[in-house]
Amino acid sequence: MAKNETKTKSVLMQGNEAIARGALAAGVNFFAGYPITPSTEIAEICSVEMPKMGRKFIQMEDEISSMAAIVGASLAGAKSMTATSGPGFSLMAEGMGYAKMVEAPCVVVNVMRGGPSTGLPTKPSQADIMQARWGTHGDAPSITLYPNSVMESYELAIRAVNLAEKYRTCVTLLSDEVLGHMRERIEIPNLKTIKVVDRVKPTIPPEWYKHYPENPKYPMPLASFGEGYRFHVTGLAHDAKGFPTNKASETAVMMERLRNKIRHNIDDIIQIESFMMEDAKIAIFAAGITSRAAKEAVLMARKKGIRVGMLRPLTIWPFPDEAIKKYLCDKKAIIVPELNEGQLSKAMKRVMGAIWSYELRKSKNIIGLNKNNGELINPEEILKVIKEVK
Amino acid sequence: MKTKKFKKEIRLSGSGGQGLITAGIILARAAVIDKINVTQTQSYGPESRGGASRADVIISNDEFYYPEAVNFDVLLALTQEACDKFAVDLKDEGILIIDNSIVKNTPKMESEIYEHPFTEIARKKLGSELPTNILSLGFLVKITGVVSEHSLKTAVGNSMKPQFKDMNMKALKLGIKLAEVDIKNNGA
Repeated sequence: MAKNETKTKSVLMQGNEAIARGALAAGVNFFAGYPITPSTEIAEICSVEMPKMGRKFIQMEDEISSMAAIVGASLAGAKSMTATSGPGFSLMAEGMGYAKMVEAPCVVVNVMRGGPSTGLPTKPSQADIMQARWGTHGDAPSITLYPNSVMESYELAIRAVNLAEKYRTCVTLLSDEVLGHMRERIEIPNLKTIKVVDRVKPTIPPEWYKHYPENPKYPMPLASFGEGYRFHVTGLAHDAKGFPTNKASETAVMMERLRNKIRHNIDDIIQIESFMMEDAKIAIFAAGITSRAAKEAVLMARKKGIRVGMLRPLTIWPFPDEAIKKYLCDKKAIIVPELNEGQLSKAMKRVMGAIWSYELRKSKNIIGLNKNNGELINPEEILKVIKEVK
Repeated sequence: MKTKKFKKEIRLSGSGGQGLITAGIILARAAVIDKINVTQTQSYGPESRGGASRADVIISNDEFYYPEAVNFDVLLALTQEACDKFAVDLKDEGILIIDNSIVKNTPKMESEIYEHPFTEIARKKLGSELPTNILSLGFLVKITGVVSEHSLKTAVGNSMKPQFKDMNMKALKLGIKLAEVDIKNNGA
């Protein structure tokens, strides 16, 4: 994203700080949260910086109210965000579904730690990947991003806010304990060069305004409460003005809109990184902090003459089905290292299962490499699997 | 200027409260001033309040990806526990720096070993054990040259609260001087 921009300041920054500063650069002007390890620094930095900028920071009584507060702020026109970790993310699930249903733009950051329950507060995990997709009930859409460096934490925080605004939905930004707490040298771009999506305001007479039109083009004009445009907000299935409805025809329109905002804009939403994939026979599919070990393992294997590459989703949800098919369909083996019991590898099996014939499946392999004890998967461990399948 | 690729994995270890994570952050800041790539991680948890604590700093003029130190080029150990736990992962050609006022059993190994009673020196010459981290960091940087001395001085100066700045700058100088003597004696 920031590759060709004028870089200005070289600093040492922590991952969590980069998320906070990225979000502020993207225009977040309302943060409500309940600090939790290992995400606390995000709230901490927002609490210091936002009042100075004339923006609002509220420490709420819990995560349920934090989520409710950012939805309310969003409906009033604010760019809103909260940050949490697993236990808080579970409490926010209901509110996130509400935000997606009423189409209120907002961002929820989840700095993943070991689970289930309160688990391992100070250790990394990637076990909330499926929760980011299915944590809330109903067929709710999910846009979920996951960086792998401090620089990218900054960039994807901006992107998360922009995608939320553009597609008027609740976007999840994942990180993990190691990424959140590690410090790296990053180049802070000139604020003027950062591309920020601001809400488009309606210009039509208020009586013509529909808050939930049938086939919107994104970004669509969006009124906030208090601007003279009348609309209703409810978690119940609703019509174009937002009032509850039981009609199948109106419900279908609503569900289509929720589905199509993702489906019709896949290319705009999905970002992937392909690393040494051109001539690779074996591929590693890894996200977030684990992809750092994967990249190192690729280089180690290449030194031994093994043709390995890595494919990395920066957008976890929607799952990059087409990119996976394109890059991975002819690979002999796909290794999926992750800090959980196989969430990405199951998603991978769904995609590849659809294109590999029964015959092909005998000669090809999807191999999970899983760890959920609070430690990182290191390059040597991935290299070992590479050697086994070579 | 720098044509040769280098990558140094440094682990600063001891017990919680010895300021090793602060030292790691300062070392990383110095690397940023030197305009080289750096990643700093730490053990973060209950152990940082009394038990074994560590900060990893990886410095390189090339790209690298995995953020934690695996095989150390430099290991600073300020407690026996940390020394016993981490010395096995030091490279044969690596450098071990220990506080011999605390670490009584020096491991037998190929690596170059430097021993000084850093904590004692800090207490006697600066009247406080607090700047032991900066004293030993000064020593480490002078011995290893992982970052420039000038950048380290700037980083220490920028990182300390005004009331602790003087003491820490003195500690830094003391550490550097200690290393200069060692280098001279080794005939390097």
